[in-house]
Parts: sequence; C-alpha cells; structure tokens
Amino acid sequence: MNATQILFWFLSGLTLFSAIMVVISKNPVHSVLWLIVTFFAISGHYILLNAQFIGIVNLIVYAGAIMVLFLFVIMLMNLNAHSEPQKHKWLKLAGILAGGCLMLVLVAALKTADQNKMIAQTQEGNIGLIENLGKALFTEYVVPFEISSVLFLSAMVGAVVIGKKGD
Amino acid sequence: MFLVVEWQFIVEKLVLIVAVVMISLVIAMYETYMERKVAAFLQDRRGPSRAGPFGILQPVADGLKLFMKEEIIPNNSNKFLFILGPCLAMMTAMMTSAVIPWGGTIDFFGYPVSLQVADINIGILFIFGVVSMGVYGIMIGGWASNNKFSLIAALRGASQVISYELPMGLALIALLMVTGSLKMSVIVGQQADSWYNVLYQPLGFMIFFVCALAECNRTPFDLPEAENELNFGYHQEYSSMKLGFYLFAEYINMFISSVVMSTLFFGGYDIPFINDVNLGHSIGANWLAVLQAMSLFFKTVSFIFLFMWIRWTIPRFRYDQLMNLGWKTLIPLSLINMLITAVVVLWLKK
Repeated sequence: MNATQILFWFLSGLTLFSAIMVVISKNPVHSVLWLIVTFFAISGHYILLNAQFIGIVNLIVYAGAIMVLFLFVIMLMNLNAHSEPQKHKWLKLAGILAGGCLMLVLVAALKTADQNKMIAQTQEGNIGLIENLGKALFTEYVVPFEISSVLFLSAMVGAVVIGKKGD
Repeated sequence: MFLVVEWQFIVEKLVLIVAVVMISLVIAMYETYMERKVAAFLQDRRGPSRAGPFGILQPVADGLKLFMKEEIIPNNSNKFLFILGPCLAMMTAMMTSAVIPWGGTIDFFGYPVSLQVADINIGILFIFGVVSMGVYGIMIGGWASNNKFSLIAALRGASQVISYELPMGLALIALLMVTGSLKMSVIVGQQADSWYNVLYQPLGFMIFFVCALAECNRTPFDLPEAENELNFGYHQEYSSMKLGFYLFAEYINMFISSVVMSTLFFGGYDIPFINDVNLGHSIGANWLAVLQAMSLFFKTVSFIFLFMWIRWTIPRFRYDQLMNLGWKTLIPLSLINMLITAVVVLWLKK
C-alpha cells in the first residue's frame, strides 16, 4: 500500500463513520459537528482526486458557512437529547424499510453501470483545478450555470420576502 | 535514493512548520506586551514596567500565572466540547500560516529550502477556508459552557464572522482579477516585479482591512466580548490556560491577518527597489532571504500597531451598526469595486 491508498482508506473509513454518527447521535449539536467532520473527509477525497479547488470550496461553502448557520439555528432552539420527540415504533420501521429500498436500488443501479469499471484517477485528473473548471463552466456549461444562478437569486429574493413579512 | 529525498523533504517541512508555529507563538506572546505598551502610550501611562527591563518579561509572567490558575470545568457543561472549543480556536489560528511565503529561497549547504511550508495553487482560498473555520472555536466553546451570556456572545461572534466574510471574499475576488493567480508565491513575485497591489486595489484593501478587524473580533468589532453587555463574552466560563488559549488565539489571528494583508496587498517579503540594486548578488541569497523575512516582519508589525491604535482610539459599535456596516455598506462597495476592476482588467487586455 502506498501513501495514496492509505489516505484513501483512512478517509473512506472516516467519511462512513462520521456519516453514521450524524444519524445516530442523540444530541443535534453533535450531529452537526459530525457532519462537519464528514465534509472534511469528503474534501480530502476531492484533494486526492487532484480537485483542490472543489475540495476547498466544499469546505468554505458547506463546512464554513452552511454548517455555521445550521449550528446557529440548533443552538438557538436549544434542542437536546431530552427534548427530542420519541417517534412511533411503526414510523421507525417504515423509515428503515424506505432507506433499505433506496440502498437496494442504488446498489442494483451501480452494479452493472460502466462507472464501476472506471478507476478513479488519483492525482492525474485536472478538471477540478480552478482554471479548467472555470473554462468548462463558462464555455461548455454556461447556460446551466447561468440558470442555476437565477435559481439562487430567486431563492434569495424569496428569503427576503419571507423575512419582511412581519413588518 | 527515492526514500532519501522523501526523508529530506519531510524533515525540511517539519522543521519549517515547527519554526513557523514557534515564531507565531512568541510573536503572539509579545503582542500582549505590545498591546499594553501601546495602550499606555496612547493614554499617557507607562504600562507594564516591573518584570524585567522595560517590563519585557511581563508576557512570561502572565503565561505562568494562567498556567498556575485552577482549572474549572462547569458541572453542567458539555465536557468534551468545552475542551474542544479552545483547542479548535488555537488550531485554526495556527493553520493559516502554512501557505504564507515568509521569504525567498535559502541555500542550506547546497540544498535549496523555500521559506514557505506549502506552495499550493489554492493559497488564498486555503486562508479563506481556515478563517471561515475559525468561528467554530467560539461557537462550540460558547455553547458548551451552558451559560446564556456565553451562548449569546457565541451567536454574535458567528453572525459577525459570517457577515464580514462576504465582503472579504468579494474584495479578494477583485484582487484575484488583478493577479490572475491564487498562489501566494506568484502574487508576491508579481508585486516584486511591478507595483504593490494596494495601488491597484485601494478600495479592496480598505474593505479587506475592515473585515480583518471584524474577523479577529478586534475593537470596534469586539461585540462577542462586550463585557458591559455580556459580562465577559463567549469565554466567560473558562479559566486557566483554556482561557489563555482563547485570548492567545485572538493575538495569533491578529498576527496572521497582518501577515496576510502585507502579503496580498503590500508585497509580502519583497523589499522595495531590491531588484534595481541587485542585492542578491552582492550579499548572497541567504542574507537576502533573512532581509526579506525582516521586511515582511516590519510590515506585519506596522499592521499590528495599526490594529492596536484603532482599538485604543475607537469605541465599540452597537450591534445594529455592525450589521448595517457589513451588509449595507461594505457588500455594495465591494461589489462596485469588483465590477470596476473587472471592466478595467477587460479593457486593458483588449
């Protein structure tokens, strides 16, 4: 095993472990903190794929901004293990079933896909570097890029409208 | 042979990292001394003068005092997170120093050593990412204390940092349009060859400076530590060295942000007109690197002095003033700055 492989297995283990901890933590604040660890591990994967720009943007946007807002809301609502509503037994069972079905579909879909014959190119691919990504976004994919920015704008306007309603 | 090079690389980087961390810690230590001396100077007092000549052993005495104090962890706090908070604050404060070029290349017995821990091609974004992590130390510590005042202070800190990150990022984007690269070494190199970036981006620098004050929780933006409203702030329940870590992290942040500002806008380790006199040939690369590091140090200390000057001159903002300044003044200004920069860059390239 070389260094890249060791890193890959370490990061994969960390991602899965912290993702599971997000779900099974009793305390919502702990869940958010585990989710931040998950984002860090995923950014590590991006960097292994030589996509440094995507990796760091993932950290800045998700771990740095969105998760802070999450933490903000959860801290203000003062949720903790005692105030967590106990769900009905059947509801839990239904959740397990639905989740299992989703996993089955994903596994079945990926089993015969072409993707699993393609081995991830570590340290070789260069689409995640800022220059190549910018060129791809602003030439080939400029229409979807602009449309998604309009979507964000409308979401922002919507948030302002909802926030102004009280006045 | 491959292994030998690998080991050399690891040892080189390890030595650099340890050196940078130690230097940051010592500088942060003496920043506390400098702060008290500057405050004394501005208020026509003498400042600390008992420990050692001119009181220069004062930070050592302060540190010793903090170590000796009793460690108290509140009963109703979340123990793990209570300890994690100051650790995170300290760690994120130290991490930024990894991508800063501290000087040119020195020649270590025929083995070239670059005075930069990691010259990654997303240098600026790395700094920005670590800065955005910095708020977790405050938030986690404030929440885990299980104290209303701490929680309010932590929330204030978080909202302040998020609000001022936006104009900071926009100011950086305008700077990136001028430099065309995210690499710190390239940005410094460009400034060494032509003018400093502050001449191209005066407004961008002003915005960045105000945001840096806010991100470091320095006066006039020290709302999370407003002691007349919040007793003491997010570190109210902390004692001993954990409190010391929080206070220390603030000083390290101040040091690092001064270094970042000197690097991005004031030419980094470059000495003005050094290329014209060709000093590298006459005194050798090693001495040149030392001089360059001194130059960066001088610029940094000037910024730190400016930070302190502002702290002891300007009173604290009210919370609504803080938010108005961030969202209604700085963001539109930085957007205009970005637009003008983009137009000028396009026009000059045509």
